[in-house]
Amino acid sequence: MKIIDILTRLALVAALAVGGAATAQTGPSLQTVLDENRELIVDASRRTVQGALDALVASGQEGIPAFLESWQAREVYVAPDGAFVLVQDEDADPYTLLDIETGDVLGTAGKREVEHLRPNRGVQNLIGAALVQFQLSSPDAQTRLAALDAIDRSPDESQLPLLRAMIAAEQDPDVLATAQNVLTSLTIAYAEDDGERVAAIEGLGGRIDVAARATLNPLLATRRAVAEALPEDTNIAEVLQPGTGDLPRMEAYQMLVEADLAPAFTATSDLRAILTDHIVDDMVGGVPVRLLDTDAARFEAYAALAAEGTLPPLVTEAQVDAALASHVFFDQYREPSKAVTDAASETLAGINTRVGALEIVDLSLDGLSLVSIYFLAAIGLAITFGVMGVINMAHGEFIMMGAYTGYLVQAIVPDYTIALVIALPLAFVVTFGAGVGMERLVIRKLYHRPLETLLATFGISIALQQIVRQVFGAQARPLTPPDWLAGSLDFNDVVSISYIRIAIFALGLVFFVLLWLILNRTRLGLEVRAVTQNPAMASSMGINPDRINMLTFGLGSGIAGIAGVAIGLFAQVTPELGTNYIVQSFMTVVVGGVGNIFGTLAGASLIGFLQKGIEWLNPSNTLAAQTYMILFVILFIQFRPRGIIALKGRAAGD
Amino acid sequence: MSTLLEVSGVSVTFDGYRAINNLSFAIGEPEMRAIIGPNGAGKTTFMDIVTGKTRPDEGQVIWGEKNESLLRKSEAQIVQAGIGRKFQRPTVFEEQTVYDNLQVALRKDRGPLAVLLDRPTKADRDRIEELAGEIGLSDHLDTIAGTISHGQKQWLEIGMLLAQEPRLLLVDEPAAGMTKEERDHTTDLLKEAAKTRAVVVVEHDMEFVRRLDCKVTVLHEGSVLAEGTLDHVTADQRVIDVYLGR
Amino acid sequence: MGKLFAENRSVPVFLMILAAITLAITVMSEGYGTGAISTSLVKTLGMTLCLCLIALAMDLVWGYCGILSLGHFAFFALGGYMIGMWLMYARTADTIAAAQAAQPIPPTAVELNDAIAVQIFGVVGGDSFPWMWAFSDSLFLQLALVVLAPGLLAFVFGWLAFRSRVTGVYLSILTQAMTLALSLYLFQNDTGLRGNNGLSGLQNLPGVEAPQALTSVWFLWASALALGLGYLLCAWVVSGKFGKVVRGIRDDEPRVRFLGYPVEGFKLFIFVLSAVIAGIAGALYYPQAGIINPDELAPIASIYLAVWVAIGGRGRLYGAVIGAAVVSLASTWFTGGRAPDIPLGGYTIQWVDWWTVLLGLGFVLVTLYAPKGLGGLIDLMSRRKDA
Repeated sequence: MKIIDILTRLALVAALAVGGAATAQTGPSLQTVLDENRELIVDASRRTVQGALDALVASGQEGIPAFLESWQAREVYVAPDGAFVLVQDEDADPYTLLDIETGDVLGTAGKREVEHLRPNRGVQNLIGAALVQFQLSSPDAQTRLAALDAIDRSPDESQLPLLRAMIAAEQDPDVLATAQNVLTSLTIAYAEDDGERVAAIEGLGGRIDVAARATLNPLLATRRAVAEALPEDTNIAEVLQPGTGDLPRMEAYQMLVEADLAPAFTATSDLRAILTDHIVDDMVGGVPVRLLDTDAARFEAYAALAAEGTLPPLVTEAQVDAALASHVFFDQYREPSKAVTDAASETLAGINTRVGALEIVDLSLDGLSLVSIYFLAAIGLAITFGVMGVINMAHGEFIMMGAYTGYLVQAIVPDYTIALVIALPLAFVVTFGAGVGMERLVIRKLYHRPLETLLATFGISIALQQIVRQVFGAQARPLTPPDWLAGSLDFNDVVSISYIRIAIFALGLVFFVLLWLILNRTRLGLEVRAVTQNPAMASSMGINPDRINMLTFGLGSGIAGIAGVAIGLFAQVTPELGTNYIVQSFMTVVVGGVGNIFGTLAGASLIGFLQKGIEWLNPSNTLAAQTYMILFVILFIQFRPRGIIALKGRAAGD
Repeated sequence: MSTLLEVSGVSVTFDGYRAINNLSFAIGEPEMRAIIGPNGAGKTTFMDIVTGKTRPDEGQVIWGEKNESLLRKSEAQIVQAGIGRKFQRPTVFEEQTVYDNLQVALRKDRGPLAVLLDRPTKADRDRIEELAGEIGLSDHLDTIAGTISHGQKQWLEIGMLLAQEPRLLLVDEPAAGMTKEERDHTTDLLKEAAKTRAVVVVEHDMEFVRRLDCKVTVLHEGSVLAEGTLDHVTADQRVIDVYLGR
Repeated sequence: MGKLFAENRSVPVFLMILAAITLAITVMSEGYGTGAISTSLVKTLGMTLCLCLIALAMDLVWGYCGILSLGHFAFFALGGYMIGMWLMYARTADTIAAAQAAQPIPPTAVELNDAIAVQIFGVVGGDSFPWMWAFSDSLFLQLALVVLAPGLLAFVFGWLAFRSRVTGVYLSILTQAMTLALSLYLFQNDTGLRGNNGLSGLQNLPGVEAPQALTSVWFLWASALALGLGYLLCAWVVSGKFGKVVRGIRDDEPRVRFLGYPVEGFKLFIFVLSAVIAGIAGALYYPQAGIINPDELAPIASIYLAVWVAIGGRGRLYGAVIGAAVVSLASTWFTGGRAPDIPLGGYTIQWVDWWTVLLGLGFVLVTLYAPKGLGGLIDLMSRRKDA
């Protein structure tokens, strides 16, 4: 290979001496350089093309980068006269041939007369790598960034000096920052000097992105090994004690067997199969087959066979222990340098701590949005429960009706933004009406019978759910958020929150403030609070409790409708939508305490954050998370039977 | 006459409002005592504390010869110790008969198993009939309690109280909403009861208190303002101020 | 006993009607009679008797003691799971023993046990018995657990809830939370009761070769016997002084407390008793249903139970039985596709779809206008006859 290279260069010199003077001044022309490497270029393979690439690059010809790009893009052809050319239109026949350097039209040639160079993917990659050095010094910042990206994707030891040279000259701060990141990973992977690598590793300390972790993790890859004594010259990660941690005793012994350091162990559970192969006249080793239903009998039979020499002797547990005791088991780093692995594990631990802290921030944002949803879903329930002492089992169906209202509006109004603006108040109106109707027709007649009210509203709930199923079908209906609510707000690689959740949080906040104002700053609110605390007294002071109850129920139901639109934006709109939220809403009300919006907020916060917290501790099992959640609520009620924020004294009644 | 109940230095606060303020009170056995006081004086809260419905923030409630503290007992245990209470509003089991109401109130083992295995004896029936006679409901034993008159319900409740054979009777406004004759009957019942036990009557109606003819304790803003005979306390200038308003 | 009959005339009447119905079904069954009633219908009727029994238990706590439990199916299903464990174990043990007998070398006890475990738990990726199956090889102990497991759950839950004076709708929601938590727990594959697969093949009695036509009638008898005894027990409990105290708790709990009764103890007693009855009902129900899974504990099932009792009429034992029988049989009939559709010109009312709507609205009407339910009607008629 090398020899050929030298020979071609010699030939080149000879050609120059013979050739015209015009090209001699600027060195050999591109065509000449290509000609010299013709075989390697035309029959390029991944294993051989590097020589040609080196030669091309070494020639220092101006046209080389352009040629490499064309070659990589499979745009280069060989004309009938052997010249390397481009063609004007790939679909035309015959081709119009263009000069490879100047782009001048050279003439035409039939499709069959030219040879199309089609470098395969491996060759293309190598061409790309060769191109990198040209691109790194390109005046165009985008090209330089693309080159850095290419290095990042297929790093190579040879790029290290190129990158260092580039950084020394780089002016653009953005490109420089990227280049330094790439340099860090390259340094960590390929630098000769361990000190340099450690410095680069420590330089990653402040980073939290996946790339930084991906750079460090491979350094800490280990391989499990066994030896008679701990080797001196390896980078040991951990010495393992068989039978503890993640090295079970028998697994350790199996390693010994595989390393030919110990004879194979016959497990008790394998005896049956082995003995089955040695049944002779219903006997195994002199023991009748029917007696082989205990381990002791099977051992006896095996021992007999072993004594005959038919089977190898059993390895005893004591032998296993002895074998394990006389060997060391350890994990060794694939990376030989201890300084590097130490720095990497320390830096990675630091990164993981930071990532962990940020994950908690992210989780808190998730929790906050869950809290908003529970608050919206439960506040209506809490108000009606507080004022009227009535649990509305159809509350979930009101949420569901709100969601379907949103779906219907979207079906009519094509613009999702306008549809949402219409749907929110409309959902309120629809469910407000439904709530008032239910209050007048049913609940009013069941005052002072809260348990019957609970069951009657359950009857309404199942009827509503089934009617909606009849009208809209059981399948999920879409309620699509407008485009400006798509996507998410990313703070960094770890912390992000979707715009829908921000919007729901805002909605929850708006309703919290709005309800606080209604309850504390309006006449209606005053009357509502009066009825909540002492209905008899309130009615003797001229407040009409029927009217207050009706309005309260309407208000609570109306908010459920709005919550339905909000929930529909991210959940599926089905007839069972409400059922999925009703139990959580109950929990929120029970935990928070009734008759106070702060109580509902506290309850929603507790339930929301707790649920996220449990999910974080046990992410694989949401069922378990919910189970623990409910158990917590049941226990919580033991200690605060009237919720976090409870009415005290006489007003609470008994 | 020995001290049966002694309340000392009791205070209780609801949401910053001091309902009972360093109240001390004692009653012997047998004795009749009336507690009077304007609205919000803490009369009902006082009863709540003695019967265990409300826990005081500080102070002691001592009961009986063994000087037991009542503060650590449940409502039911306090009743079993011998304190009976009649609420302001008559509370009888309206869906059950007068007989049933009295039977449930009879002094017997209150444990669930004992009650489950309980079968009424002749003595029980005699006692119920005797009580019904005292409260004038002999003809109504099989009547559903929800259908008898308001005054009869008050007597039934007093009868239920007597059936428990308590050593201390706490009676909250027994004469409210009664006719003249009914009141007289009630007075007689209470006086009869006070011959053998301690009776504390909370009442607004001065005329009724006068008929009871007993020592009077005046409560005001959660503590004792005056104590003595009715004539004595009504002559007290502070009591006059409180009642006539400042 | 005679006194109980005299005090509560519904007891002898009920027992006679129950006996008559059982006899009638028997003589019309495929196993022992003319075959007019199919085996699957016999099973449905036997299961209905079990539902009547749990309705009775529900009436005890709600109708008499005022505790609206929305989680009674937790106890019902727990009873079913307890007997199901034995049925499944014993049945699988028979199959495995037969399969192992074909092998040249007989299995050791451990191998046999492991093979059974793999057979039962392979579906959820398990290969050994979870701790709660410790007694599954003993019919006697599992029968004891049918009573003990629901009883213990009710005792712990009730003790916690009643001690902290949780009442009314709060208590109802807590009971609902209890059954939801239990069902979510059981839905997990690794908690020992085969996750959402549940226990199946329960209709096969281990060691009994009799066809389903016969065993279905046996279970009908057992269910009828349990319902009869349950009715007697409940009638005995609610008659006499205990019943008066418990009704007092329902109507005015503080008053009972101020009569010196430990209200919590009474509530706990009645709650645990009711849970035990529910567990027994479940233990008889699921062998007839053949399968049990965590869906059975869904909160809605327990709410429906309350609906049955309310429609039948609370606070009277026969009301609960009538409600459960009428509504559950009607539900089976309407949703089974056997009820005729009603054509309305452009739209045809299909009962499969509209039955739930009718039930829901009908229930609202009953609550509003007939708070005493169907049992109230019977009261009205029997009183008129007396007059």
